[in-house]
Amino acid sequence: MSRALIVHQAGPGVTVQDLGRPGYLAYGLSRGGAADRLALYEGAALLGQAVDSAALEMAGMGGTFEATEDMRIALTGAPMRASIDGAALAWNASHPLHAGARLTIGPATAGVYGYLHVGGGIATPEILGARSAHLAAGIGAPLAAGDTLPVGPDRGGETGLVLDADGRFSGGEVRVVAGYQTGMFPDEEVARFEETRFTRDARGNRMGVRLAPDGDGFASRAGLTVLSEAIVPGDIQVTGDGAPFVLMSECQTTGGYPRIGAVLPCDLPRVAQAAPGTALRLRFVPSKEALAAERRAAEARDGLRRRLTHLTRDPHDIRDLLSYQLISGVIAGNEEE
Amino acid sequence: MTDTERSNGKAAFPRIGRVGLDGLLVSFGDRLSEAGNRAALAFRAAVEREGPEGVAETSTSLVSTFLRLDALHADPDAVAREMQVLLDSRDWYSADLPQGRRLWRIPTIYGTDLAPQLEEAAEEAGLSPETAAREIAGTRVRVQTIGFAPGQPYLGELPEHWNIPRQQALTERVPVGALVLAIRQLVLFSVSTPTGWRHIGQTGFRLFRPEAEEPFVLRPGDEVIFDSVEREAYDRLCDAGPDGGATCEPIR
Repeated sequence: MSRALIVHQAGPGVTVQDLGRPGYLAYGLSRGGAADRLALYEGAALLGQAVDSAALEMAGMGGTFEATEDMRIALTGAPMRASIDGAALAWNASHPLHAGARLTIGPATAGVYGYLHVGGGIATPEILGARSAHLAAGIGAPLAAGDTLPVGPDRGGETGLVLDADGRFSGGEVRVVAGYQTGMFPDEEVARFEETRFTRDARGNRMGVRLAPDGDGFASRAGLTVLSEAIVPGDIQVTGDGAPFVLMSECQTTGGYPRIGAVLPCDLPRVAQAAPGTALRLRFVPSKEALAAERRAAEARDGLRRRLTHLTRDPHDIRDLLSYQLISGVIAGNEEE
Repeated sequence: MTDTERSNGKAAFPRIGRVGLDGLLVSFGDRLSEAGNRAALAFRAAVEREGPEGVAETSTSLVSTFLRLDALHADPDAVAREMQVLLDSRDWYSADLPQGRRLWRIPTIYGTDLAPQLEEAAEEAGLSPETAAREIAGTRVRVQTIGFAPGQPYLGELPEHWNIPRQQALTERVPVGALVLAIRQLVLFSVSTPTGWRHIGQTGFRLFRPEAEEPFVLRPGDEVIFDSVEREAYDRLCDAGPDGGATCEPIR
């Protein structure tokens, strides 16, 4: 059998994702792509491959997988219980997955979206220049038992590498910039918005996430008569019931609800990864500060490879230790993109 | 936040506003107008022609042009100043419609179980269902924008008596190819979705064909007549392919 990943079982929200399809806004198609884009950069760093390699995004729950050939894998995003043939795996790390072994990925222990990356990337056919499923647009579909996903050739490299997990899986503060519709909200409403503690509502998916305020909802002067205009991921629409709705990667391209502001792209993974019930606060920052934060985040993404360390191994786990030694030290010298 | 980053909502049009960290919106009005729509389309075409540095992508909605910038490398204030110069260079409201427009005729079933809200919409407009269907089928409407979902057109503008509100409650789901109506506009749905617009007609036309050479079929400026057909003809046309029997000719 050719190089592939077999899906024996999959949770309800497992899809192929990459960085999405920019360039089709004028045609009504939003970029889409991974809900937590940072996780794709982490996976690429762990496997020493290009960031546009497609991976599996797993919403809340993973699945059971088998490789037809020996492969390298990496696990990033929301930590999930994972094991190969019963041996537990570290999250945010790279591992060998031998042909025929069973990789089992269970529920998320924090956050929402976990990612399974493979060396060489998922190699399903591209549609409009990308492989990511865009469910709202009818591109691709969630994976199901029996699916077989082609995997691209892997130039090889080390496994047993790990990245320190960051804190984006437990909510906290999210930075927001004002937009042309912020002025539709009275100043005191904007101030109250910043002071409000929000809870990530159960209503949320790849299109958007509802935030429930711990007090009254928010009202704009414009009411609900705003003309439909271009919207982008991160935009915070205030819908009829006064609760903000943060648009995510698979959002529509136009919207008619007033927007109080927009979450910085670099803070959007924190919103995506806030599980229902998680507390979030939204703080306005000036545009210059927002740009500086975005640039720092880009530098941090570019520097992820320098932060890789080796997994500390449990010497009692002989089988795993052997596989580790078989693989380690195989540095092809072409890990850079 | 500083005052310059917030609009007071009172400035004249056209005006330039910020959308998120990396977006600029050039608005030609706060309500739908024929001139504003032409201005938005023409301004976008001009931006695409000039290809200003730092602009990654452009689009239009009904009466505005959206510019997505390369957030890490562009200075939004500098791009906005450049756009202001372009705005000031001519009267965009008197611009012509885009080149290469086409007239589409799309076979449509009005009412029946396939489009169950024709009667409701007709009543809102003060017409009988038969008159309503005849009137819509006899109106040549123009694609004002493509948006919300892939390839999905907003078409108009219908006569004033069609200024009917959206429903209070959403219809849970209308099928692909549904023709819906509200606020003097028609929308032809490219995906199956919940909506507050009323479902008055059904077509077999596929607006988004991800695997096709031309994945997005309609373009802003195209005109459409939703010809009324009988059920039998409709079923036959639907079986014939993704065009659902639609035809197309250039507008000269």
